Amino acid sequence: MNLLWIVLLPLLGTMVPLLTDRFGRSICALSVAILPAWALLLVFMNLGEVFDGQVIRQTIDWIPAMGLQLAFRLDGLTLLFLLLILGIGLLVILYARYYLSAKDSMGRFYAYLILFMTAMVGIVMSNNLIQLWMFWELTSISSFLLISFWSHKSDARKGARMALTITGAGGLALLAGLLMIGNIVGSYHLDTVLASGDLIRAHAAYPVVLILVLLGAFTKSAQFPFHFWLPHAMAAPTPVSAYLHSATMVKAGIFLMARFYPVLAGTDLWFMIVSLTGLATLLLGAYIALFKHDLKGLLAYSTISHLGLITLLLGMNSDMAAVAAIFHIINHATFKASLFMAAGIIDHESGSRDMRKLNGLWKYMPYTATLAMVAALSMAGVPLFNGFLSKEMFFVATLNQSMLGSLSWIVPLLATVGAAFSVAYSLRFIHDVFFNGEPIGLPKTPKEPPRYMKVPVEILVTLCLLVGIFPGYVVEGLLNVASYAVLAGELPEYNLAVWHGFNIPLFMSLLAMAGGLIIYYNRRHLFQFQSHFEEPDAKHIFEGVIQSIVQFCQKTVATLENGSLQRYISLLFLMTLVMAAGPLLGLHENTGSRSEIPLDGIALTGAGVLILSAAATVFWHRSRFIALLFLSVVGLVVSLIFARFSAPDLALTQLAVEIVTIILLLLALFFLPQSTQKESSPSRLSRDLLVSALIGGVIGTISYAILTSPLDTISDFFLANSKTGGGGTNVVNVILVDFRGFDTWGEITVLGIAALGIFKLMARMRLYVPISDEKARPWSNDPHPMILEMISQSLLPLALLVSAYIFLRGHNLPGGGFIAGLITSVAIIQQYIAHGVKWIKPRLKIDYQWLIAGGILIATFTGLGSWLVGRPFLTTWFDHFHLPWIGEFELASAILFDLGVYLTVVGATMLILANLGKLTTSERFDIRGHD
Amino acid sequence: MEGVYAFCVGVLTTCGIFLTLRGRTFSVVMGLTLLSYAVNLFLFASGRLKMNSAAVLGQSASYTDPLPQALVLTAIVIGFAMTAFVVILAMRSYADQGSDHVDGRIPQPSTSVYRPLKRGQ
Repeated sequence: MNLLWIVLLPLLGTMVPLLTDRFGRSICALSVAILPAWALLLVFMNLGEVFDGQVIRQTIDWIPAMGLQLAFRLDGLTLLFLLLILGIGLLVILYARYYLSAKDSMGRFYAYLILFMTAMVGIVMSNNLIQLWMFWELTSISSFLLISFWSHKSDARKGARMALTITGAGGLALLAGLLMIGNIVGSYHLDTVLASGDLIRAHAAYPVVLILVLLGAFTKSAQFPFHFWLPHAMAAPTPVSAYLHSATMVKAGIFLMARFYPVLAGTDLWFMIVSLTGLATLLLGAYIALFKHDLKGLLAYSTISHLGLITLLLGMNSDMAAVAAIFHIINHATFKASLFMAAGIIDHESGSRDMRKLNGLWKYMPYTATLAMVAALSMAGVPLFNGFLSKEMFFVATLNQSMLGSLSWIVPLLATVGAAFSVAYSLRFIHDVFFNGEPIGLPKTPKEPPRYMKVPVEILVTLCLLVGIFPGYVVEGLLNVASYAVLAGELPEYNLAVWHGFNIPLFMSLLAMAGGLIIYYNRRHLFQFQSHFEEPDAKHIFEGVIQSIVQFCQKTVATLENGSLQRYISLLFLMTLVMAAGPLLGLHENTGSRSEIPLDGIALTGAGVLILSAAATVFWHRSRFIALLFLSVVGLVVSLIFARFSAPDLALTQLAVEIVTIILLLLALFFLPQSTQKESSPSRLSRDLLVSALIGGVIGTISYAILTSPLDTISDFFLANSKTGGGGTNVVNVILVDFRGFDTWGEITVLGIAALGIFKLMARMRLYVPISDEKARPWSNDPHPMILEMISQSLLPLALLVSAYIFLRGHNLPGGGFIAGLITSVAIIQQYIAHGVKWIKPRLKIDYQWLIAGGILIATFTGLGSWLVGRPFLTTWFDHFHLPWIGEFELASAILFDLGVYLTVVGATMLILANLGKLTTSERFDIRGHD
Repeated sequence: MEGVYAFCVGVLTTCGIFLTLRGRTFSVVMGLTLLSYAVNLFLFASGRLKMNSAAVLGQSASYTDPLPQALVLTAIVIGFAMTAFVVILAMRSYADQGSDHVDGRIPQPSTSVYRPLKRGQ
């Protein structure tokens, strides 16, 4: 089972060219070819089983919880496409080696190309709808990179953008379609989906599914009216056009239709949409191709036309037509890729692709001319070339249909007209380029290309001839297995032969050839007729549409986003109100069954202080210092609330944080204006008050409902296992350092990052240091009063001792790393306040950044340590020891983790406050970011 | 008791949001601080109110729910980091823009304060 490797090898190959680019062009090309060639070898190893009619599958769990798998399959259709993708891919690698100039970055080109190859291989091998879609999108992206390879050209950029927009939009439609299919069938597995054709066709949503999937296919395969991106994608280097825009990517849409043929086809709707789109595309492409002066433009429209032909065949709902479609996929890929390569050679060796200048090249490059002429004759559908065979089958299919009721005879007629134009533009390709006088004003004298540049063309042209002359030997087996996979049932009787006797299809072929000759001979009249019509430039129209969309978006954004934070916040809160209050309106009961705790005087007093000081904060918010004092009262009451309702850890933390926060805000207030002017209008004030009161009401109601409803918690587990599993009796601390240790670990990392971000913001902050307060009262001329100095200095050891005590007992009694860290910080900050930065600097040489990093590292390594003994990340280890004199004591790895928390908290707090404090002194210029 | 507690949470939320909607950075910072008190109390409420039953094993007969406490404890510390970040951002904005208005510039009076009455108002 090596299916995974068929996808994986090209994916790994994406890296190869980037590594070998520097070793020269030939080595680079050679090394690039190795992995796809290996993948092709793997395909060949499975050849026997597939030819026996088996479907090889491989499934690897990807995200089992969501039922997502990496699922691959290899059946006849996949095999056919794999041969095309990998085989032609290898030829293109060789060709591109000679095509790219020394100025082009070969490594980049090959990397994109192989990425694209991976994506295509992934599409055809996927056995899961979502996976298929992911690879589908990857082709859009990699083709965008390839088309815009010469990104200095405006054409290339615009063409790439157009291709990405059209195929990307189609991809979204496809995703919707695939999701609906998955919904109908109940599985995204392709095997299941392919077996549920009747279910899907009978479902009410079938038309929607069909249209969505076809939108994906039609955009990718450049079907009318989405065909216009393909000619503009010709701005890509020619190897890309040969590979993507003839042999593979545009065939992805065809592949999709063939893949879902057993599921979606067979209905009248399929028939109408697919066959009529195909017919329109066939005629339009063939007609326009004749008038293109650019070689690649001609080939692009010819490709559109042939893709239309294949689509038309698939849309006919007949087994025979489906076989013909598959056959034409093979034939078109071989002759069109070789034609693109020949066009590239001509461009490369003569410096032009304009057929008005290119004339009489036969004299200069007879060998290339012969190859190109064979491929062009095959495109025209001349007998003995492979294009003839599938064209005959196409004619047969058009004769055996009854699409348009009694007007059905019109289809074979239109098919013959299309074929006649195909003959005409093929003739133009041959005659205009290789004969028809002398070249006109070419930038350089044409000559034969390097030997090996012709090899890929030779191989493909040989294939055209072999298939054309000995179809039974060369291609029948492959065609059989591929058709078998598409039809999922009996194959129709068909006979691949050059000569079927005199019959109507042969007559139609002859008619088409004669018609083509006549059209080409009288082309002057046609050209003159066509020149009366103004040629619509898809690029201008498309760009116009894009520009108007962009303008609309900009206008909308400008109305919504006027740059006012106040407006955003009020919109945000209004939305919150709507979202939160909506469900509450439907609720009739907001009191639960839980019995309430009776009120007492202490609680009422506390609530009164809290409410009054919160209101005072708001009321005096323009006198900032006063508001700040009231804010600190609120914080203290909150910490008392925690203490009262059995949360000693929270009370301690809140108390410590409160001190640090207020010091921080006081420091900030030193720099910021100390009062705010009145600037909100009364209407705005009442609006804001209304919004905030409503939200406050909603939040209060919700919390009342929560408080009175019975408790249903998972905490019993923590209470039961805290001592036995975590080795501590303070359950809150055990949760922090053990049960939910991973969260805490993330939390201290965030804390560290925030501190570093603040440090960076402070660096080079140019703030004016006020010399007096707002009322022009100068600052105290004794910034470090002696009493404060003395007391704080003697308090320091005591404070550190308390913090050590709190830290050590944290596992079993209220305390722990967070609280101890905050207490230590407060103790150090006190020294800063009392003595100033200048005094502290020589005495306390701690780099707070290292403290943060060290803390996080200690926590991380403690967590990793449990891996050494084969336990999951952050599993606690603990044991009890006995030492003489000290007695029984316990050692737990959690304390090491808590040490990490402690260090990070101290480091982060001090990094913020010490540096902010430094800004107020003459040491302010010492703060530097690392830039 | 629960009703008073819920009322306090509501008042704190109201005051916090009102201040966050003001136009000056320092008011917004104070508003955010009030709001984070409210949020912490709100989260704490999900463990319900229980007295004299700290979640320290062996210290009382029944225990309160320790999980919300652990969550709120980290929330307090992270809240401090966030407040600090916003404060420093406000200072930086004041230093770079020369104004402590939340938008970095003071809106024209005609659009905010002295808007003439429109028809129908």
